[in-house]
Amino acid sequence: MNNIFVYLEIEEGIVAEVSQELLTKGRSLANQLECELEAIAAGTNLATVEQQVLPYGVDKLHIFSDERLSPYTTLPHTSILVQLFKEEKPQICLMGATIIGRDLGPRVSSALGSGLTADCTSLEIGDHEEKKAGKTYKNLLYQIRPAFGGNIVAWIVNPDHRPQMATVREGVMKKEILDPYYKGEVIDHQVSDYVQEEDYVLTIIDRHIEKSKVNIKNSPIIVSGGYGVGSKENFELLYKLADVLGAEVGASRAAVDAGFAEHERQVGQTGVTVRPKVYIACGISGQIQHIAGMQESSIIISINNDPNAPINAIADYVITGEIERVIPKMIKHYKSNTK
Amino acid sequence: MAFNIIVLAKQVPDTRNVGKDAMKADGTVNRAALAAIFNPEDLNALEQALRIKDQFPGTKITMLTMGPGRAAEILREGLFRGADDGVLLTDRAFAGADTLATSYALSMAVRKIGSYDIIISGRQAIDGDTAQVGPQIAEKLGIPQITYAEDIERVVHGRVRVKRRLEHGVEIVESPLPAVITVNGSAAPCRPRNAKLMLKYKHAKTITERQVEHIDYIDIYNSRPYLNLTEWSVADVDADPVQCGLSGSPTKVKKIENVVFQAKESKRLTDNDADIDELMRELIENHTIG
Repeated sequence: MNNIFVYLEIEEGIVAEVSQELLTKGRSLANQLECELEAIAAGTNLATVEQQVLPYGVDKLHIFSDERLSPYTTLPHTSILVQLFKEEKPQICLMGATIIGRDLGPRVSSALGSGLTADCTSLEIGDHEEKKAGKTYKNLLYQIRPAFGGNIVAWIVNPDHRPQMATVREGVMKKEILDPYYKGEVIDHQVSDYVQEEDYVLTIIDRHIEKSKVNIKNSPIIVSGGYGVGSKENFELLYKLADVLGAEVGASRAAVDAGFAEHERQVGQTGVTVRPKVYIACGISGQIQHIAGMQESSIIISINNDPNAPINAIADYVITGEIERVIPKMIKHYKSNTK
Repeated sequence: MAFNIIVLAKQVPDTRNVGKDAMKADGTVNRAALAAIFNPEDLNALEQALRIKDQFPGTKITMLTMGPGRAAEILREGLFRGADDGVLLTDRAFAGADTLATSYALSMAVRKIGSYDIIISGRQAIDGDTAQVGPQIAEKLGIPQITYAEDIERVVHGRVRVKRRLEHGVEIVESPLPAVITVNGSAAPCRPRNAKLMLKYKHAKTITERQVEHIDYIDIYNSRPYLNLTEWSVADVDADPVQCGLSGSPTKVKKIENVVFQAKESKRLTDNDADIDELMRELIENHTIG
């Protein structure tokens, strides 16, 4: 009772990165609150989920195995969570801020009348005072998220409703195995006790999932472009530099919105959070929501024709100039000075 | 065949174009400095509705929005593009609503509208970026939801077929009607305003707008009922005031912080050859790159 639950996203038997990251966060919150960490796996082909997740310190793994639960559709997964939560009364529920998590989370929160905070960038435990009501609350979950297009940060609490629900984007939390031999209990649930026949209303006619070719999250070097790059054609320069350095190409939200780069390359609070060894920001002014997604990069190089671009404040190297001039020089130097 | 469609739209501050004057010295948002716009993905939603209407003449599109009085602008924008009717849900009791209280209020308004086959909205609004209200309304109405829709491919025999845009692919799903569909920004952009419709609906107003602007051509509003934009309060939609606004919101804002980043001591360089060479030499020598 009153434990922390993490909803696991599973594709072809493999637990998603974001779910693993949330297990690590969930474990540390559970330690702080002196409660247990539980995980929910619903789908098919779940035989190895136990091996995959218990090492993160999962005390209880709830398994719901049924062919009709995979691929994910909204209503059956909602019914599982809603009834399980009514039985188990978790104090906290965490999900990935993915397409699945952002489809499932609000439906579950509405059914339970509990609060949900989307896209949290930090989760902490602390006390809270409702001054008007004269009430104090111990050990609430502070759900910290950017708001207003990333221009401010809001601290959200759910004083009176449980579970306190939050979604978190991939890459925001860090995953870490706690103990490869961690002992946890595995509970196999009877799916028909939780899901009604009429929940299977949605028919999936067709589904194409391509393994993403872009992997900016794990790339040690990122060459990233903003609106200042000017065009899709100019982005080619960034690809050339990335090619030479063995880097990936990232982009700001403005560059993605303008169609200069694909959405999967977007760095920032509404894209991917990255922590590379080197981040080369080309023509990126540095909106808050972008900086929040890359500020932990070890070395930041900003190339911008505006010497006062906000991103320059957090850069280790600031090159004031046109990318069309700077990037070819970088490529030339690199080629002639490395093997 | 014709359908009743409700398009949910929101008027939002344009957070994408935040200038230097958008933040006050105390770190709060200066709303007055931001333009109020039609939430971008709600326009994608409207286009999907209009396409169904193109295909099935007689289809009725009702715009529904919640907000202050001036949010009626959104309703007119919808009418200028081909919607048939507009409802503004406005009441002080709605103020301070989180997504759950918002979805409750909107679901009560949807019930009041009564007949609907499809409810379409944008995936999310740019002032909150939560994407929660659509699914929460679907739950409150007890009907299926299809989120991240990119194209409503067909509506036939009481079922809707929708292409969804996933992180790394697409999915085509079919759901019985009625259903809630939330539309992604990658869907087709909305058609522009139609000049004829702009003339027709230029004076479409809510009752409050007519009072404020002292428009008293009563006979015009009587003879052209389509110029009357519906305005509903908490009581009009039979909503429980406790479940609305701040009191109906399980989430509370504990505090708002201005975003401050740790500034670094930067090395300043120009784009001349010597500077770039020096930088590259340094990065290669300390094995940062290479």
